[in-house]
Amino acid sequence: MNPRPGSPYLNPYLAGIGLGLVLLAAFVIMGRGLGASGAFSSTLSWLVDLVAPAHAQANEYMSEYLGDGSTHPLKAWLVFEVVGVAAGALLSGILAGRAHLAIEKGPRVSTAVRLLCAFLGGGLMAFGAHLARGCTSGQALTGGALLNLGSWAFMLMVFVGGYAAAWFFRWQWR
Amino acid sequence: MMTPLYKYGFFGEEFSLLVAFVLGLGFGFFLERAGFGSARKLAAQFYLYDMSVFKVMFTAIVTGMLGVTYLGWIGWLDLDLVYLVPTFLGPQIVGGLVLGVGFVVGGYCPGTSVAALATGRIDALVYALGIFTGTFAYAEVYPSIKDLVNANPMGQVTLPEVFGLPWGLVVFAVVVIAVVGFWGATKIELWAGSRP
Repeated sequence: MNPRPGSPYLNPYLAGIGLGLVLLAAFVIMGRGLGASGAFSSTLSWLVDLVAPAHAQANEYMSEYLGDGSTHPLKAWLVFEVVGVAAGALLSGILAGRAHLAIEKGPRVSTAVRLLCAFLGGGLMAFGAHLARGCTSGQALTGGALLNLGSWAFMLMVFVGGYAAAWFFRWQWR
Repeated sequence: MMTPLYKYGFFGEEFSLLVAFVLGLGFGFFLERAGFGSARKLAAQFYLYDMSVFKVMFTAIVTGMLGVTYLGWIGWLDLDLVYLVPTFLGPQIVGGLVLGVGFVVGGYCPGTSVAALATGRIDALVYALGIFTGTFAYAEVYPSIKDLVNANPMGQVTLPEVFGLPWGLVVFAVVVIAVVGFWGATKIELWAGSRP
């Protein structure tokens, strides 16, 4: 169920300049950078608030995303930005013939194991991003361009962690 | 004209949400263009035969950095008004490590998983469910690790401030590191690609 190859990808330096200009536009227009993980926090807090409002509002972490109840938790800057990310990616994917149902995995791993790894990886990622106060977008990309100390320490450790784990998970990708 | 526009009151919060959507459009478009809607392409960074993650990320960082530096110098952008995430070195080092492992296990980071999900990758959907689960787990344990996570705050601090170097010199150093890194990354790709 690997995806069909679409058009070739854009040259990485051109794609990087494009991303960098979007990031620069965010600095100039908004006075803030891009992000992603915060949108997941807002959405989760909203979902938990729907199912178990007392629990969500009593939780120190989720109540921050819920606010005082005067505005909807999903009416948050990063939620709108991430909806844009989905729309922009879909547009690019359709134009390139890459938008279709598929599972990304190496040739040696079963679908079930790949999906289990995806779930666990997402969980680890969320934990790491919350500890670090941001993910690859909000910390590495945004803080990297602003020469933020914590962002550069974080980014270095992402590569260290990735390369340290790579050998143990090579069966999933190669 | 002085920017950031939003901080100078050129528009309000409602309009800022529209700006968020439009900026996201551009962000998602270039992520997918770069191939970052594909977990295999992203994971290849850690197996050395395709270093696009490094190349795209550092080109974007250099572009953004040169942009804010130039606009700051000509007086169009007040860099003090651009939000910096405060530094907490311990949690950010541990968080980076955990996130790096999660990248190799899951194949995505939060932003790229949205791009992959939007273009129909089922593993990215499962990954996103993992993010929600992990976020919930974090929220549940947060009260007990709160003191650890908020220990030793260093505030909003930049590399030039920490090392006592001029801003322009650090910018120049990052550009040199990036260019040398791009050259080295291409060499590594050729080497790794030729292995059986």
